[in-house]
Amino acid sequence: MTNSIAEIEDAACIFVIGTNTTENHPLIARRVFRAKEKGAKLIVADPRNIQLARFADIHVRHRLGSDVALLNGMMHVIIKNDWHAKSYIDERTEGFDELKKVVETYTPDKVEAISGIAQGDLERMAELYATNSPAALLYAMGITQHTTGVDNVKSCCNIAMLCGNVGVRSGGVNPLRGQNNVQGACDMGGLPNVFPAYQPVTVEANNEKFSKAWGKKLPDQIGYTITDMIPAMLNGKLKALYVIGENPMMSDPDQNHINKALEKLELLICQDIFQTETTQKADVVFAAASVAEKEGTFTNTERRCVKVNIAIDPVGNALADWEIISKLSTAMGYKMSYENSEEIFNEMTSVTPSYGGMTYERLGLDGLQWPCPNSEHPGTPFLHKEQFTRGKGMFHAIEYLDPDEMPDDKYPYFLTTGRNFAHFHTGTMTRASAHLHAEQKTGYVELNPEDANKLAVQDGDMVLLSTRRGEMKTPARVTSKVKPGVLFVPFHFAECPANILTNPAFDPIAKIPEFKVCAAKIEKAP
Amino acid sequence: MDYKIIPSICSYCGCGCGVLFQVFDGKLVGTLPMKTHLVNEGKLCIKGWNLHEHVVSDKRLKSPMLKKDGNLQETTWDEAIQTTADKLKAIIQKHGPDSVGVLASAKVTNEENYLAQKFTRAAIGTNNVDHCARL
Repeated sequence: MTNSIAEIEDAACIFVIGTNTTENHPLIARRVFRAKEKGAKLIVADPRNIQLARFADIHVRHRLGSDVALLNGMMHVIIKNDWHAKSYIDERTEGFDELKKVVETYTPDKVEAISGIAQGDLERMAELYATNSPAALLYAMGITQHTTGVDNVKSCCNIAMLCGNVGVRSGGVNPLRGQNNVQGACDMGGLPNVFPAYQPVTVEANNEKFSKAWGKKLPDQIGYTITDMIPAMLNGKLKALYVIGENPMMSDPDQNHINKALEKLELLICQDIFQTETTQKADVVFAAASVAEKEGTFTNTERRCVKVNIAIDPVGNALADWEIISKLSTAMGYKMSYENSEEIFNEMTSVTPSYGGMTYERLGLDGLQWPCPNSEHPGTPFLHKEQFTRGKGMFHAIEYLDPDEMPDDKYPYFLTTGRNFAHFHTGTMTRASAHLHAEQKTGYVELNPEDANKLAVQDGDMVLLSTRRGEMKTPARVTSKVKPGVLFVPFHFAECPANILTNPAFDPIAKIPEFKVCAAKIEKAP
Repeated sequence: MDYKIIPSICSYCGCGCGVLFQVFDGKLVGTLPMKTHLVNEGKLCIKGWNLHEHVVSDKRLKSPMLKKDGNLQETTWDEAIQTTADKLKAIIQKHGPDSVGVLASAKVTNEENYLAQKFTRAAIGTNNVDHCARL
């Protein structure tokens, strides 16, 4: 997030697009409700009638994958009405003329034809967003998990800069991170192209710095992303995979494909706190300690580095993940001998400038928000305050593109995936929790009553869902939450795995798969 | 009776709500919201209130396991680590370091992610490290 969670409640307008905030980030949704109580306007754009939609000043259910058209259309209306922040654009940004030229062509009619949003609704959304500032934009995987994920994110940035909402308190472009330490895993260099703090591996000075710090000549070629690893396993280039706290059998698109890929490996090493669909295929499984059994830090979605502490001893012979990695590394001939997590943290901060001023002592109970470059620095509640990190904020002129797969005669429905309020990610942890299991015991598909009628399906009937990748049976949940022609499946449940259906096509830059749109068929299960 | 409360952070989404684990006589029995925490100000969602339940589940893995005769069987850490290191070294020797991939995790700590990528780059010698941010 460019801004902080607490700031949301002082926004004059909140634009929620592609985040089902009350179910997936309930304590951020609470700030949205508080902002509403203080008089903020709320815009919700989501293909489903999510809970926040009930509180919205305007809610649109745009066609899956039409986000760029929707955002360009809003910008078209904003510029046409002269609502854009002209002095901010002049002083702090570049590329406005190119943007203007492209969004000029996104007339409300054209946008309606692509996204299904009525012209009046588009104009109302644009007016609310542009004339109530500061406006905070919140998004999640509904924006990113598309073949045009990068375009969608850039379009969110475009509209935020167009209205002068970046670099101001209670504004910003705010991706809500789905897993507890996505932010930290990225910050720490758990990515094939960068060292910690996004220092590219291909830059010679970085390579030298880390080679020296770690006492080993390091590789300078960009490695495989998770999306590249799957074909590399299938064509025999990748022989061994070490999976830490992950369940790709459930979380990756096109399950049949990933299953074949994992089976081709010579060595699959898994490290987890539970048996999962992936550990069952492993050659070796390391038993890891849980969050209550170890010390360390997480970095939340607002860049706040916070500490977890040891409450109890690990179960059985389980060890903290850092101890397991250290042992394996030492056995491989690269010695790692850390006394505790703090020693690792201190080594990390010495090579990670944005965390440079942090110590366990300074983190205390509330943590610190990066950038926090030195021991006097109080941390940074919102980014790009005086100027953008790159200097001037860059507008990107972006044309709308269709999703990789659109419905056709054979697969006439749009299918999208997501989460349920009681469960987390692949369900490994929440399904082992009695109270959460009681809330939602298995998967389902949301189906509009009109479609249910046509198919003669009643609420709770088993249906057969199929796509070009695979098929599965699941109970129908008949609900007007989705529009006719749209299906929604949560991905937590191994017995009806959404990802047997999803399309592995991915964004060419971010390599993120298109979980949020594919073409599907639904019929009453025989 | 020994009662402790231990400050921690909920691991069920990116909000990062402050929690207090309740420990009675060495057993984890509950999760409470941290009243003063800047993110959640004394509130939690249903997942947060039940955070301790997965920790104490009897389905937790308690020992490392190695596949022997086609089945995963419990073993010692020494055997699990040495066998894995030997196999990895053999693969690297035969096919080079780029034949190995590592998935770090959006569910483990910063320190552990830092070590996972350091292990991949320095011990294995490849940049084939990624995690589940995209998924």
